[in-house]
Amino acid sequence: MHNFEFVKPASVAEAVAAMKDGGAQALSGGMTLLPTMKQRLAQPSVLVSLTGIAELQGVCMGEGGLHIGGATPHAVVARDAKALYPALAALAGGIGDPAVRNRGTVGGSVANNDPAACYPSAVLASGATVVTNTRRIAADDYFQGMFTTALEEGEIITSLIFPVPQKAAYLKFNQPASRFALTGVFVAKYAGGVRVAVTGASNDGVFRWTEAERALSADFSASAISGLKVSSEGMIGDLHGTPDYRANLVKVLTRRAVEAAA
Amino acid sequence: MPKDTGIGASSKRREDVRFLTGKGVYTDDMALHKQAHAVMVRSTVAHGRIVSINKTAAEAMPGVLAIFTGEDFVAVGGNPAGWLINSRDGTPMREPKRPVLAHGKVRHVGDAYAAVIAETYQEARDAAQQIEDDTQIESLPAIVDMAAALADNTNRVHDEIPDNQCFDWGWIEDNRAAVDAAIKAAPHVVTLDLINNRLVPNAMEPRASIGEYNTGTGDYKLTTTSQNPHLSRLLIAAFVLGIPENKLTVVAPDVGGGFGSKIYHYGEEALVLAAAKKLGRPVRWTADRGESFLSDAHGRDHVTRIELACTKQGEMLALRTTTLANVGAYLSNFSTATPTFLHGTLMSGPYKVPLVYVNVKTVFTNTAPVDAYRGAGRPEATYSIERVVDMMARELGLDPIEVRRRNLLTPDQFPYQSPVGLMYDTGNYQATLDKAIELGDVAGFEARRAESARKGKLRGMGLSTWIEACGIAPSNLVGVLGSRVGLFDAATVRVNATGNISVMVGAHSHGQGHETVFAQIVADQLGIPESSIEIIHGDTSKIPFGMGSYGSRSLAVCGTAMTKAVDKIIAKGKKIAAHMLEAAEGDITFEGGKFSVAGTDKAKTFGEIAFSAYVPHNYPLETLEPGLEETAFYDPANFTYPAGAYFCEVEVDAETGKVDIASFTCADDFGNVMNPMIVEGQVHGGVGQGIGQAMLENTTYDENGQLLTGSFMDYAMPRASDVPFYTVDHSCATPCTHNPLGVKGCGEAGAIGSPPAVVNAVIDALQRGGHTHVTHIDMPVSPSRVWTAIHG
Repeated sequence: MHNFEFVKPASVAEAVAAMKDGGAQALSGGMTLLPTMKQRLAQPSVLVSLTGIAELQGVCMGEGGLHIGGATPHAVVARDAKALYPALAALAGGIGDPAVRNRGTVGGSVANNDPAACYPSAVLASGATVVTNTRRIAADDYFQGMFTTALEEGEIITSLIFPVPQKAAYLKFNQPASRFALTGVFVAKYAGGVRVAVTGASNDGVFRWTEAERALSADFSASAISGLKVSSEGMIGDLHGTPDYRANLVKVLTRRAVEAAA
Repeated sequence: MPKDTGIGASSKRREDVRFLTGKGVYTDDMALHKQAHAVMVRSTVAHGRIVSINKTAAEAMPGVLAIFTGEDFVAVGGNPAGWLINSRDGTPMREPKRPVLAHGKVRHVGDAYAAVIAETYQEARDAAQQIEDDTQIESLPAIVDMAAALADNTNRVHDEIPDNQCFDWGWIEDNRAAVDAAIKAAPHVVTLDLINNRLVPNAMEPRASIGEYNTGTGDYKLTTTSQNPHLSRLLIAAFVLGIPENKLTVVAPDVGGGFGSKIYHYGEEALVLAAAKKLGRPVRWTADRGESFLSDAHGRDHVTRIELACTKQGEMLALRTTTLANVGAYLSNFSTATPTFLHGTLMSGPYKVPLVYVNVKTVFTNTAPVDAYRGAGRPEATYSIERVVDMMARELGLDPIEVRRRNLLTPDQFPYQSPVGLMYDTGNYQATLDKAIELGDVAGFEARRAESARKGKLRGMGLSTWIEACGIAPSNLVGVLGSRVGLFDAATVRVNATGNISVMVGAHSHGQGHETVFAQIVADQLGIPESSIEIIHGDTSKIPFGMGSYGSRSLAVCGTAMTKAVDKIIAKGKKIAAHMLEAAEGDITFEGGKFSVAGTDKAKTFGEIAFSAYVPHNYPLETLEPGLEETAFYDPANFTYPAGAYFCEVEVDAETGKVDIASFTCADDFGNVMNPMIVEGQVHGGVGQGIGQAMLENTTYDENGQLLTGSFMDYAMPRASDVPFYTVDHSCATPCTHNPLGVKGCGEAGAIGSPPAVVNAVIDALQRGGHTHVTHIDMPVSPSRVWTAIHG
């Protein structure tokens, strides 16, 4: 790790100001950033910690659904969203290990947009809104491919607003080594229809399986998707699974998620 | 009746008090006055010619004290291979020099070609980056695949070795024709091609070394993560740096696991010593986890064809194996013994099979060196045999349990001369098989299978009846086989004046629990409390010359030396007691910590005798030396032969390929058990590693020789949730016939016996589930591999 300055502002305004420093990097848990810095693959000159900002913390019901502060750790989401949005709480409780869940934050995960992270699937399947210091971004506009999002330089996720579905479930198949999602599927049933988001599988990062959404919106049952086929084109192929294998997992996990939600 | 102290008691591990409370002292914990930090500069290409290394800019950087390159070690020796293996045609193996730092060429990703010494670690790291930037390496095509390496005469890991072959070994060459003929004439032949997957040892504590040089006395001291400090000292002194052995002390303090990877001497150890001398300051180095992945000696990596000739009734007639074994870029110390005499000699397993021939070609590649890893050669042999025996049963429509029972050696056949050169002294393989079947409740399998089926899972069961040779090793025998060292061990028992005891042993504990078990044995022999006994290990300035710990040898070899030293203590104690009690020596008996005159109530306690030896006021000084300290060396008469039967049940999710281990049962014969709790723990750990190999772990290099599994993000280690609650039994004991404790060794058994039980169970589950086209899946049987096998 190279030397760096560390600042821990108490407000979003202070954080935004600190981020204007050339070479500044927001730190919201650091579950990806810190290992990268240790390997000297990243060397920000200033780390702006977001975890000391009270307004970025917490889980509560509000306008448009469940509001979660951007710097809320996974463990807090797992605990405090349990009664409000059980499938989301379960997702948060299944990330990493206790150390990761008490350090890593929802905003950090969504800003990083790791193609195998869990949270992006919940954000996309819930049609959540990503709220930043400057604007509100719909989930469908937010994710733009592996490690790529609509966030501008220096923009900070202040909260996420999750419309709460009637039924939902997240099923993750662990990558054997990292325990990230080899493939993970989040299914959410709303009055207006069903959304299905898939993480871990595609070279383009999290995506919606719209064919399944149509079928499940018409009939929210496991059998509704039995005739569908997932193409392996564009799926990730690596040591832990071929594109065919991941395509299979998308379908198996979607079916099981529907069963779990129902 | 379980004992609460001494031999056979489950005494609590005394070392765990410090380990579990963070009070262990590991190499990296030691801070020394004026210490400097070393960082290695490692190759990022698998194969390349070093064109130039420009040190100028790095030397001018803040804090930089010295920079070493391969050039600095041209005049000193190389790190040698411990065994000389001859090829089938009688020619000796090819043995390229393994320098302290790569010189001329780099031969694997992670091969260190320079080292920076600086005031701080960060400064050393900065300068190491500068050296990397200022080094020109002409990249050469990487040699990764073994078959391709043998076929390629132009692209060479070592320029002087044209076909990249180290040796082509036949065992036993005289049996070859008979085996070939038997296979040709057999009613049935089972052929299986398999891969024994390459593993990274992943000890919890990475390698670390501190070099010191006393400018006043000229003495060197190396503190290092070693399983055998005396062997490291010998290698560094006599072969690499040319330091007189008496001027070098090697200390292996608390060491956090080794699994084989810390047997060997590594270049970093020589580097910190040379740097300490040059600077007159202590120089320290600790690997980060990435360096461990890249530069620790890896394990396994065999590609094997095994052929089994048999009758239609499943009687084994002959076995033939053809193996390519990867040795990596350089020969690590035991790398030539592992695929040969720790592998080929076990190829008849626990079976009566009369004809066996083993061929092993070892191949240099542009990958990290490969050497012994928990089990070392024996897991490879066991996996090959136990997979092919299962396959034979399947092809012939026979029960895998019955097939094994039919072919296992019977108790009346011991001692048994195997067709591959070993003399099994004792065993009862039927007993452990029966015990595993009983404890694993094979009778209830169908009911459990039906229950799994209701959950949509395929259930299968797998068996492995295994044997190993450990208690390494009889020196005269291994000398004939090519070992360049002896494999005895030694212990000194020092009775202190106040009657408590310091025992200095050649074995090294890096987690096993020697400090507890060795004390139990001495306590039992002398009838004194365990708490009065201290076991000292790991410091060449304190301990006698022993060969350290590996090959499940500590108890069988060093433990025996220790009991012999205690016997000498008792014999001398009797002489002292005879004098004090005014009786004939022959009338003195020793029992329960007391020397007594037989048939009288006259007695002296052990403590009184000890005190008299050091305050010899009433002592036979004219015939007996004062003091009470004895050393014994012990060279075993034979290997020991632990054996057992492992039974595994799995549930397979055919939709995802995920395998869950539903149960795992171990019935082991370790001979006499000194501490059942520690033995159980060793089995748990070994089976955990075996399950890791069978289901999770895989070391993958791409075609450019880049390590794709270079971190725990991609290298899958077993976790608690991957393993079941084990059932472990060691009641079927046939004591070893040639050491006084009757012990065999238990450290490697779990890793040796378990992988085929897991894979056999997975294949069984798929077969029973109707996926009859799946007859083999290479390890690790990961979800994607299982799914692909079903659907591919």
